[in-house]
Amino acid sequence: MGRKYLLGNEAIAHACVESGVDFVSGYPGTPSSEVIDVLRVQPDRSYYVEWSVNEKVALENALAAAWCGIRSLCTMKHVGLNVAADPLMTSAYTGVTGGLVIMSADDPFAHSSQNEQDTRCYAHFARIPCLDPASIQEAHDMIPEAFRLSEELGLPVLFRPTTRICHSKGDVDLGEPVVRIRKGEFHKDPRQYVVIPAHTRVLHKKLNDKQAAMKKRLVERGFNCYTIRGKIAIISGGIGATYVQELLPEGVSFMKIGAYPIDEAWLGDFVKKHEKVLVIEELAPEAEEAVRQAAGCIPVFGKKNGYAPYEGELSPQVVAVIMEKAGFLPKNPFPQVDPIQNLPPRPPILCAGCLHRSAFYAIKKVFRDAIYPSDIGCYTLGLQLGVVDTTICMGASITVASGISHAGDPHDIVCTIGDSTFLHTGIQGLINAVYNGANITVVILDNRITAMTGHQPNPNTGVTACGVESPPVSLDALCRSCGVSFVESVDPYDITGMVNILQEAKKRKGVKVIIAKQMCVISARRVGVKRGRYRVNTDICTSCGTCIRFGCPAIEIEDEKARINELCSGCAVCTELCPVGAIVREGKK
Amino acid sequence: MSGSFDILIIGIGGQGTILASNILGEACLIEGRHVKGAETHGMAQRGGSVESHIRIDGQFGPLIPPGQADLLISFDLLEAIRYSHYLKKGGKMVVNKHLVLPTSVYTQNLVAPTENEIIAALKKYALCLPDADKMAEDAGSPLSQNVVMLGAASKSMPLKPESLLLAVKNLVPKKTVEINVKAFETGREFGGTC
Repeated sequence: MGRKYLLGNEAIAHACVESGVDFVSGYPGTPSSEVIDVLRVQPDRSYYVEWSVNEKVALENALAAAWCGIRSLCTMKHVGLNVAADPLMTSAYTGVTGGLVIMSADDPFAHSSQNEQDTRCYAHFARIPCLDPASIQEAHDMIPEAFRLSEELGLPVLFRPTTRICHSKGDVDLGEPVVRIRKGEFHKDPRQYVVIPAHTRVLHKKLNDKQAAMKKRLVERGFNCYTIRGKIAIISGGIGATYVQELLPEGVSFMKIGAYPIDEAWLGDFVKKHEKVLVIEELAPEAEEAVRQAAGCIPVFGKKNGYAPYEGELSPQVVAVIMEKAGFLPKNPFPQVDPIQNLPPRPPILCAGCLHRSAFYAIKKVFRDAIYPSDIGCYTLGLQLGVVDTTICMGASITVASGISHAGDPHDIVCTIGDSTFLHTGIQGLINAVYNGANITVVILDNRITAMTGHQPNPNTGVTACGVESPPVSLDALCRSCGVSFVESVDPYDITGMVNILQEAKKRKGVKVIIAKQMCVISARRVGVKRGRYRVNTDICTSCGTCIRFGCPAIEIEDEKARINELCSGCAVCTELCPVGAIVREGKK
Repeated sequence: MSGSFDILIIGIGGQGTILASNILGEACLIEGRHVKGAETHGMAQRGGSVESHIRIDGQFGPLIPPGQADLLISFDLLEAIRYSHYLKKGGKMVVNKHLVLPTSVYTQNLVAPTENEIIAALKKYALCLPDADKMAEDAGSPLSQNVVMLGAASKSMPLKPESLLLAVKNLVPKKTVEINVKAFETGREFGGTC
């Protein structure tokens, strides 16, 4: 197939096609989303692909497909694996017949995440193999191996690329795509698939019995390998291994760990050939713990004795510092250089014309001193507008709101959640809040798309992952059926209308739901919605700053007056905010 | 050491840094060379600072260490200053003569350097300062400013102009090939005067 310059996730997606994947499911999450985004748009697709409503749902679907003997891929980000942890743990007991590869992308440095957890720990916990690629080419090459390994061992295999694999690019040698249409067949076997206590005790023993063979196999497959070059050694894995290789001095041995669990005897043989060993890995000391167990009295340098950080991501210069400090590199070739200080920061910001900004503005106007639990999506950026007080994980806005309500805090509580997040794990919180009589206002920010991760459709969009029409969920009917009597839909561009409805909600007790409905501006632009642009009549503008405080990136200050720049998407919300009517549509006086 | 030629492309989410990095990657493939890169995806793309690392002949990791970039291409003046510590001694900087102030400057009353102050500060580097927005507009579309920038930087890269131009043709939308070829050539011509 030749060589291409690809994003890591594109290479992974291609490798899935080369492996003859039959079934694909997942929930979007940075840095994992592009794998399904690539797979779902392939014209000659011979596999099934879906965006599921959450990771637990995705994994259970994929597991069932693997039980039917076909190859399944399930993708998510690391924190998504928490949601899928329940089926994950027991899927190790039931095993699979078709290959099941679970891609859980880690995000060291939390570039786009709420924490820095390490998927390798889940593999350890579930006692299943975990493949940890060090480069895009390796990520690509590991995928067919992962399917084969899963089938050979009869176990799900975790595949754990990190941000610097998923969102790196490189020239990748690709294989030929496999086009084949296979139908799965479910063979009833209650002792395997019905985990009542009598069955599960047997299955647990079987899982434990597989461990020794599994470790040996990972070494035989060449995922874990080494070269002896001297009396001291560095052991590394994942992207960290490439940084080490870039710096590795003569006379230092090198071991690369690409798969877990590590065979202890094999590891011990290597370690004992050296006088001291340095372990460099991102996040948890997963390899280091194995090395320490194998090392006996040989000194080991790593996280546990302060030579390497537990948190953040590695980089060539971080690795150079660790190597120099531990005495494995005579001189750091990357001397410290400091960025220029005191520049105004440029963090990500809600787009010009984003519905969330208008909704937050209205919320703040009506509920001035409220508590604002929020959730995970673009709208987490409402933090900059002072309308996000909590974010912990997907679906945790309504639950945190009801918890604060029942804790007795006297403030009004207004929580915000996006449509995709609401369908992911928000609904349970709403049912619970109604059932237990919380006093909260829930604003569902409904832009009908999973925007932040790259505009994936969800059950509220009206199309599937592959663009087939599907009946959109009625959020209104859904909320009513949960027992909410006050459910109102409003266009957040209509600030007055939204303020009126929020005021109505403020007067009432119980759980109130407001669905703030407006298309994501990026989606709107893509489908060709044109609203015209707005400008400031500088003769009228009094420089009061009301529009500036709205925080829209289309509004700037020029010669002390407001000015609307080319980012304007024409939402016209600022025309309603301006107290003197200085903002007018372009072309009008 | 790595032996790669390291280019850092800097911009603001939405300015087309990813297409620019794809063009460089494609040009490397055309010349049969290895290339590694890393870029910003996800939430940070929403109008935030974005960076693309490209390591021509790169064999190892995708990240360029600070102080090691051979060439820095910035689509914005303020971002050029923010990432200037990435440039190695004697490295070259190609910066769009255009300043977009972050919204935080207005909403939080932060002090930002002026265009002239930034240009004065950048003068200590080997600097090329095209007005890429204007040149892109002249070429036929303001969206082609990323290709103007690549053109302006092309004389400072170890890639043949034919490979870059072919990569541009392969990667930009079909309807805009002519505009982007013109954008590249205008940029390259300006780059020759730096």
